[in-house]
Amino acid sequence: MSAFLLNRFSQSIVLLVIVSIIGFTVLNFMPGGPLAQFGLDPGMTQKDIARLAEQLGLNRPLWLQYLDWAWRLIQGDWGHSFRDGSSVLAVIGRHLLATLLLMGTSTALAIAVGTWIGIRGATHRYSLFDYCATICAMVALSVPTFWFGLIGIYIFTLKLGWVPAGNMYTIGDGSVMDYLHHLILPSLVLSLVHVAIWSRYMRTATLDALSQDFVKTARAKGVSERRILLKHVVGNALLPMITLAGMQLPSILTGALVTETVFTWPGMGRLFLDSLGYSDYPVVMGLLIFSAILVVLGNLIADIVIAIVDPRIRLG
Amino acid sequence: MSQPPMKEWQVERQIVDLSKERGNAKSRGLGPQPHDLTSLKGDFPMASDVQAAAPADVALSVRDLSVSLPEGMERAYAVEDISFDLKRGQILCIIGESGSGKSVTANAIMGLLPKAIRVSSGAIQLNGTNIVGLSLDKLRSLRGRVVSMIFQDPLSALNPLMTVGAQIEEVMAAHDVGTPKSRRSRAIDLLIEVGLPEPQLMYHQYPFRLSGGQRQRVMIAMALALEPAILIADEPTTALDVTTQAQILQLIRDIQRRKGMSVMFITHDFGVVAEIADYVVVMEKGHCVEQGSAEQVLKSPSHLYTRRLIAAVPHLTGKDRIALRPADRTSILKVECLAKTYRSGSSLFGRQRIVAAVNGVTFDLASGRTLGVVGESGSGKSSLGRLLIKLLDCDSGSILFEGRDIAALSEAEFRPLRPKIQMIFQDPFASLNPRSTVGQILTVGPVAHGMSCGEAAERARELLSHVGLDSGAFDRYPHEFSGGQRQRIGIARALMFKPKLLIADEAVSALDVSIQAQILKLLDQIQRETGVSMIFITHDLRVASQICDEIAVMHRGHIVEHGPPSQIFLDPKSTYTRELVAAIPGEQPANAPQHAANP
Repeated sequence: MSAFLLNRFSQSIVLLVIVSIIGFTVLNFMPGGPLAQFGLDPGMTQKDIARLAEQLGLNRPLWLQYLDWAWRLIQGDWGHSFRDGSSVLAVIGRHLLATLLLMGTSTALAIAVGTWIGIRGATHRYSLFDYCATICAMVALSVPTFWFGLIGIYIFTLKLGWVPAGNMYTIGDGSVMDYLHHLILPSLVLSLVHVAIWSRYMRTATLDALSQDFVKTARAKGVSERRILLKHVVGNALLPMITLAGMQLPSILTGALVTETVFTWPGMGRLFLDSLGYSDYPVVMGLLIFSAILVVLGNLIADIVIAIVDPRIRLG
Repeated sequence: MSQPPMKEWQVERQIVDLSKERGNAKSRGLGPQPHDLTSLKGDFPMASDVQAAAPADVALSVRDLSVSLPEGMERAYAVEDISFDLKRGQILCIIGESGSGKSVTANAIMGLLPKAIRVSSGAIQLNGTNIVGLSLDKLRSLRGRVVSMIFQDPLSALNPLMTVGAQIEEVMAAHDVGTPKSRRSRAIDLLIEVGLPEPQLMYHQYPFRLSGGQRQRVMIAMALALEPAILIADEPTTALDVTTQAQILQLIRDIQRRKGMSVMFITHDFGVVAEIADYVVVMEKGHCVEQGSAEQVLKSPSHLYTRRLIAAVPHLTGKDRIALRPADRTSILKVECLAKTYRSGSSLFGRQRIVAAVNGVTFDLASGRTLGVVGESGSGKSSLGRLLIKLLDCDSGSILFEGRDIAALSEAEFRPLRPKIQMIFQDPFASLNPRSTVGQILTVGPVAHGMSCGEAAERARELLSHVGLDSGAFDRYPHEFSGGQRQRIGIARALMFKPKLLIADEAVSALDVSIQAQILKLLDQIQRETGVSMIFITHDLRVASQICDEIAVMHRGHIVEHGPPSQIFLDPKSTYTRELVAAIPGEQPANAPQHAANP
């Protein structure tokens, strides 16, 4: 196990280096560059901009800039936002909790509901329930999320007035109930897509497990259908789902770009879009590395969980 | 086959009531048993009436059973109007080729038919109770307790995530028998009973750690847990090596005798029937064409189909093949000290597994002759085949093909030689691209090697008729053909290049015996016509004895014995070969049986 972890860890480092080099290069080749926004400011002369570039170290060769950035990153200095000068880690920290709240809720909801729909769809294959679930999943997957968001706001906020249209809390209130009230609509809208994906995968995995010979063996042993489902089918069907869950993990922390924008949710997705808009490269780079680390971690955790659950990998 | 102890059993069987046997199980510490057989009888008011119809010595009686298939299938019934009796303490073999309905019959008895396939008429009487139309709950209470079943592939039949012990205990738990503690000790007793080593350790083992034979033993332990009256075995040894098969057959017979169980044994192999059966039912396309005692069916089969089937069973001939051209002894392939070692796992991190798949193999194949490479799974025979056709690179040694060492050649240098060495694969379903027509499959290779399209198409049509297919096959797709026909296409494909050497890797193993015999005949005929040399890789000694001039027996990467069939089968020199020959079901090599009555 330790050899496996060491192996995966070294692979992850290589991966992160490659991702950061690509990200750094691409960002610097974007039109304008980090100082373009000052070009529009009539109070700034070309000389001022050159001085600023000198100050921020932007006039050095790209590879040197990268090495400098990477070296600081390793030391825990992720740089400072161009916008307000606060450290990148602090900026990420400010938005992380909001995203965690939204994505965590919607993902938990999606996995619970999706698993149930998937299993029921497989055990009642070609039933009315299965057909409805299939059609709903197709609709949820093919209609863009922002449309669901807008429709949700139109119906539940404008027409019915049940929930607020956006933001995470009412300024001046901030009680738990107020947070939950704001959370309902965006998390439901977000979970729609995830329920669709998760239930489809779960249905296939369950059908696959149901057709295995050991299910027939269990029937031949006289085991009840309920126990067959719980003990033999679901356990084996969830194995491939662990990988999917691992891939889901990064998005819990990196947020949803579109949904957070529609509901003006102050999360990581909004931060990314805003920082891009302001050419706030240190923050964008920070977010890029942050999500790359999460992707690597998510896969690593999935692998470890599978190794724990599946004796063939744990002991093999 | 006569079985003297059987009669004693039958007598004992009539005295010892089944419910009494359950009492024995109790005294072994199984605790209270809410469902025992006496209460089962009470569940069904009809029981006493039916009892009169079925004699007391019949454990299972199938009467006029028809199982219908969903509309649009090949035929309307999976099985139609079949009747047979399984007597107490006997082994009944149901034999038939694929699609004969033998497995459907077994599943109908277990109540395990898929929803789309239903029993449409007839009766299945289990201990005198008709189970057709019984509620799911009542059927469930019979399964595993009164009748249990073991399957063909013991790996997929065991849950990979549960320990062996937990899976055995589950049978008892499912029927509320015993306490967790008594179940555990019973499970360990069962592991001892089926002859597994270190039962305490085995109890905590996961299935993937076990060998194929051990897994099947676990399946048998599971099936025996509640001492069922009837055991249904659906091709339980088909996926196993021949020596393992012999052990499992022995185990099933021992247990059956010890416990006086009734066994319904499904197989496609007449050798297995000769080994184990008391009574035989022969099935063809859903019909029961013949039944009778094993001796009667094997020695004097009355139905034409049975005779054909028995005649098709390959036997150890013990006679050497008459050489094609005795004078011609030019060597086409000379292999010296060939070696290939597999390494798995990272060498940087953790331990590395090293398996010497092929180790110092040396042989010489004369032009126009056939060398059989025989061995069990893991012996390295398939690796050897891949090395010879350079699908794998060898670690050391030389392969002299027509005097030229091809082992040292690079892929580019070897490419012009590829047409001369062709391969016939095992699985005729997986080895043909389903999206290409037969014509495309046949011509794509030669065209890539520079033959013109017209010429290739002409040769393809010629070869198709040569291998026994009509030339209309050219424009059709592989799925339109049966397994045997597909293998013919595979052979035609290999012959397109006019090869000097054919490597057939288990080329007939996936086929029914009657088809197998036809394909072997075709290969023999092709060799006589074209003078092609052949390396015939197989796990089946009987098949090898049909077609090979010489046989090399492989064991753990080495050739342990090499010689003409007469030597290998009648006078084996190595212990391993002797074991292999002795394990062949239904054969006594010293006096090769002659019960294959020619129609």
